[in-house]
Amino acid sequence: MMNFDYVRPASVADAIAEASEKGATYLASGTNLLDLMKGGVSRPSRLVDVTRLPGLDRIEHLADGGLRIGALVRNADLAHDADFARNYPAIAEALLSGASAQLRNAATVGGNLMQRTRCAYFYDAGSACNRRWPGAGCDALKGENRLHAVLGWSEGCIATHPSDFCVPLVGLDAVVEIEGKGGRRELPLEALHRLPGETPERETALERGDLIVALRLPTEAKNFAGHSRYIKVRERTSYAFAVVSAAAALRIEDGKIREARLALGGVAAKPWRARGAEQVLAGAAPDAAVYREAARAALADAKPSGDNAFKIELAQRIVVRALTLAAAGTPDRIPALPGSPFSSVAGA
Amino acid sequence: MNLPISLTINGVRREIALDDPRVTLLDLLRERLDLTGTKKGCDRGQCGACTILVDGRRINSCLALAVSHDGAEIVTIEGVGRGDQLHPVQAAFIAHDGFQCGFCTPGQIMSGIGLIREGQAGDDPERVRECMSGNLCRCGAYQGITEAVLEAQADINAKNTAKQRRSA
Repeated sequence: MMNFDYVRPASVADAIAEASEKGATYLASGTNLLDLMKGGVSRPSRLVDVTRLPGLDRIEHLADGGLRIGALVRNADLAHDADFARNYPAIAEALLSGASAQLRNAATVGGNLMQRTRCAYFYDAGSACNRRWPGAGCDALKGENRLHAVLGWSEGCIATHPSDFCVPLVGLDAVVEIEGKGGRRELPLEALHRLPGETPERETALERGDLIVALRLPTEAKNFAGHSRYIKVRERTSYAFAVVSAAAALRIEDGKIREARLALGGVAAKPWRARGAEQVLAGAAPDAAVYREAARAALADAKPSGDNAFKIELAQRIVVRALTLAAAGTPDRIPALPGSPFSSVAGA
Repeated sequence: MNLPISLTINGVRREIALDDPRVTLLDLLRERLDLTGTKKGCDRGQCGACTILVDGRRINSCLALAVSHDGAEIVTIEGVGRGDQLHPVQAAFIAHDGFQCGFCTPGQIMSGIGLIREGQAGDDPERVRECMSGNLCRCGAYQGITEAVLEAQADINAKNTAKQRRSA
């Protein structure tokens, strides 16, 4: 690991000033960053420790019925908050389907949003990677790429975004609050992560010094609490990243889907909102035929980036499964194996 | 760079002068404080052998910078028993053969203690397995580990209930 300066500012303004220098990066719990630094993939010259910044570790109920989650709230604390799990069950299930109990105890909300791809070529400092080294090329294109992107990829980068948490969040229109040199601004979470295009090294819309201070869920996000699931296929049942995942949230009234939200994970460089599929579902009766049509719409633009054509079919099946389970009703308690298609739930 | 930090480790407050910000809690414990019970397996947060309690919560000490944890209260495997009296999770691991080679065992025990404190698994073996998935055992002692955690949890909960009755 390359050596670095360590600073622990006392205020958000000081943190932004410290992080605005070239080579500086923010440190929260470090569960992803330290791993990347040990592998020589990240080489910051200064770590700006934000873990003691005041006021960023709170979950606040807003007057308009929305929810504001401080960037330093730990993943486990959010998932186990009884109110949160009741109002946003798909988000809680996604959180609990990710990583391990130890990592969830440490990892923060802001850090989860900022985690980097798990592409093995990005992680291997000896491989060519345009994300790490612009213009170097992409060894994944002709390498082991069965887990890589099928949507929104470019010849420059076929990596996927690893977060489970972000998938239901984009489905529920989460907003990111950012403090930077120019003051406070906000951004839909959907606009935070970028598709690779010609500039895969620009992973997010953040500028140097920008600090995520909170995540906000709009009032409407609670309307789906009765019919929400996050389903995730992994190569082992627990403690693995998604091969493909889907968050489905439905508002069902009088036997009809009034409104649907659908997002996919493991398919692109960002959590993927499937608006075309949502339009197919809106107004329809909840049945298998319409789920299949929605799944086709969600993957209509997909194409393999390598040895991964199977993910296009798999993603459609996971969409159908997530919609079927969501329509059957949110379980009273998150299943013993969160997100697992192997958890037995009535109606599946 | 001199970075003075203060940690309470197994109940004892320690003033530590770090000379390098790169030192993880794991390396601090093992290499500088001679607490080698906490094991280094993968050093990348994938195996759980380095699990310790920080402020009562189980985390991977290999992915935690010591300097960032100034002021923290840490419990390692060396701090869970009382003299010759084993912690209930330790005793249950012996009773249920929760290990073979023993390398992952300190991390498994710390993780089991953390799991019981979290109180999320209940008495469902599936939930215990899920909540212990951050600890790998290459000998494959998982059956015994699950039984040990369940038994220790029942034991601890029964003692706590008895304690509450006495104080009520």
